[in-house]
Amino acid sequence: MTEQWNDSPGGFHPASTPDYLPAAQLRDLQLRRLQGVLRLAHDNVEPYRAKLAEAGIGPDDVKSLDDVARLPFTVKEDLRDAYPFGLFARPIGEVVRLHASSGTTGKPTVVAYTQEDLKVWSEVMVRSFAACGCHRGDVIQNAYGYGLFTGGLGAHYGAEALGATVIPISGGNTERQIMVMKDFGVTVICCTPSYLLHIIERASEMGVDIRELPLKAGVFGAEPWSEPMRVRIEAAGNIKAYDIYGLSEIIGPGVGIECEYQAGLHIFEDHFLVEIIDPETGDPLPDGQEGELVLTTLSKRAMPMIRYRTRDITQVVPSPCPCGRTIRRIKRITRRSDDMFIIRGVNVFPSQVETALLAVEGTLPHYQIVLTREHDLDQMEVQVEVTPEVFSDEVRGLEQFRAQLSHALENTLGLRCKVSLVEPNTIERSMGKAKRVMDKRKLE
Amino acid sequence: MKLHQLSVFLENKPGRLSEPCVALADAGINILTLSLADTQQFGILRLIVRDWQKARDVLEKAGCVVKVTEVVAIEVADQPGGLATVLKALESESVNIEYMYAFTFRSEDKAVLVFRFDDPDAAVAKLQDRKLNVLSPVELYELVEQ
Repeated sequence: MTEQWNDSPGGFHPASTPDYLPAAQLRDLQLRRLQGVLRLAHDNVEPYRAKLAEAGIGPDDVKSLDDVARLPFTVKEDLRDAYPFGLFARPIGEVVRLHASSGTTGKPTVVAYTQEDLKVWSEVMVRSFAACGCHRGDVIQNAYGYGLFTGGLGAHYGAEALGATVIPISGGNTERQIMVMKDFGVTVICCTPSYLLHIIERASEMGVDIRELPLKAGVFGAEPWSEPMRVRIEAAGNIKAYDIYGLSEIIGPGVGIECEYQAGLHIFEDHFLVEIIDPETGDPLPDGQEGELVLTTLSKRAMPMIRYRTRDITQVVPSPCPCGRTIRRIKRITRRSDDMFIIRGVNVFPSQVETALLAVEGTLPHYQIVLTREHDLDQMEVQVEVTPEVFSDEVRGLEQFRAQLSHALENTLGLRCKVSLVEPNTIERSMGKAKRVMDKRKLE
Repeated sequence: MKLHQLSVFLENKPGRLSEPCVALADAGINILTLSLADTQQFGILRLIVRDWQKARDVLEKAGCVVKVTEVVAIEVADQPGGLATVLKALESESVNIEYMYAFTFRSEDKAVLVFRFDDPDAAVAKLQDRKLNVLSPVELYELVEQ
């Protein structure tokens, strides 16, 4: 057996060194990096220049981390308005990778990476895996989707940089996942938590007991989950289940991760500046108080993000972690301040559904999105009220209409959902804001 | 020579059929005949009534999505081959049938076939050329309500 970096107590992966920086040193590093990022954004990105001018603050006016509160926010709509490359701070010749995630309307949100950005991304993923006790010798089954979604490639290159053996199996084909897990001696799996529960259920139908396999840990993210779900996963799989956090606008997976104490997610603060704000007023909130998570990238070059409003609701854990890391933790994210929801790892905004319905019908029908979880897999149903304009007295006509809706939704959302035609006035009308999403999933 | 048929959208759920029927009953409207097309997810109720305008208003007031379509009714002998004769004629005239349904009534030895054609006018002309008994609305009401 070869000696491992973490064989001795207290040892950690060399890449994890910044996790343990003394607080003063960390804050100093953050400030210097922030000043650099502001200069980069100001000098190269017109929308940032305009925003800073409007806020009456120059790139050199940030003298302490407290000055961050004076900087303007960046929101998802800014990325949409700048579609596709308007927020890039480096010329396309320096951009070596593009990813995209769903935007609030039909157009996706594009993000970019330079070679150095990819190195940072791999580094934070190495630190993430290391925090979950993974190392060289581990066989990592990466069941996050490969492609425009950041999950697949982000975890992939991080696991390779760690020195682990990566199986780039991507999502889907559950039976093959189980065969590979069993035959290749997989020790770590990366996927959405609900997908692992689905794998466990399918495995038991196939007569495979996951608990008997070498699998020891799972790195779960890309969708909200809960403590009861963790208990279920850990018992059913005889593994440790770790929560990973990330979003493509910031870098992808690897913004934060749980350590062995599984009590909040450590944010890699040397690369990402954490703030919690009151989502109504935008005012900063102290540690321990719940609010919206706002992140600023401190090292990204291709596409820096200044005070990006994640819409995720959480709080900074005020006490230090017993693991010894000095980088602070945030609590598990269980809800959002907007109406975005995540289904099978894909971000969906009701406005995207509206775009698709509008494209087919010309006017927006009454509709409702119903989310359920069947056999641990998320299902999305869009119920659409039939109007006289679209009603046909022929079954074929209505089926055609339903297929059109289905097709438009799949095109816009990048995922398949069920479309049901319902009678007029059967979807509840509420006063004020329409209740567009019925989330019947239970995170257990 | 064409009839107005009312089509109503129904969700495929228990109790959905009774709603439009009750609305018509309360308004004192008699359903001459009906047919129901259904899929796993939804159904289409097709109705023929005497006063279709009033029935349409009643149904719309009850919250239904209603479509009025023109259909053609043909009277045939209620015996083996009654339908086949008509279908043969339509086939040789290459008239396209979207859907059809049939019903018999009272003690008469006649049956009525209701057709929805993509081009009802052309279909009626061809059927009449072939000496088939295409019923006018009045003829149909008399037959059914005699």
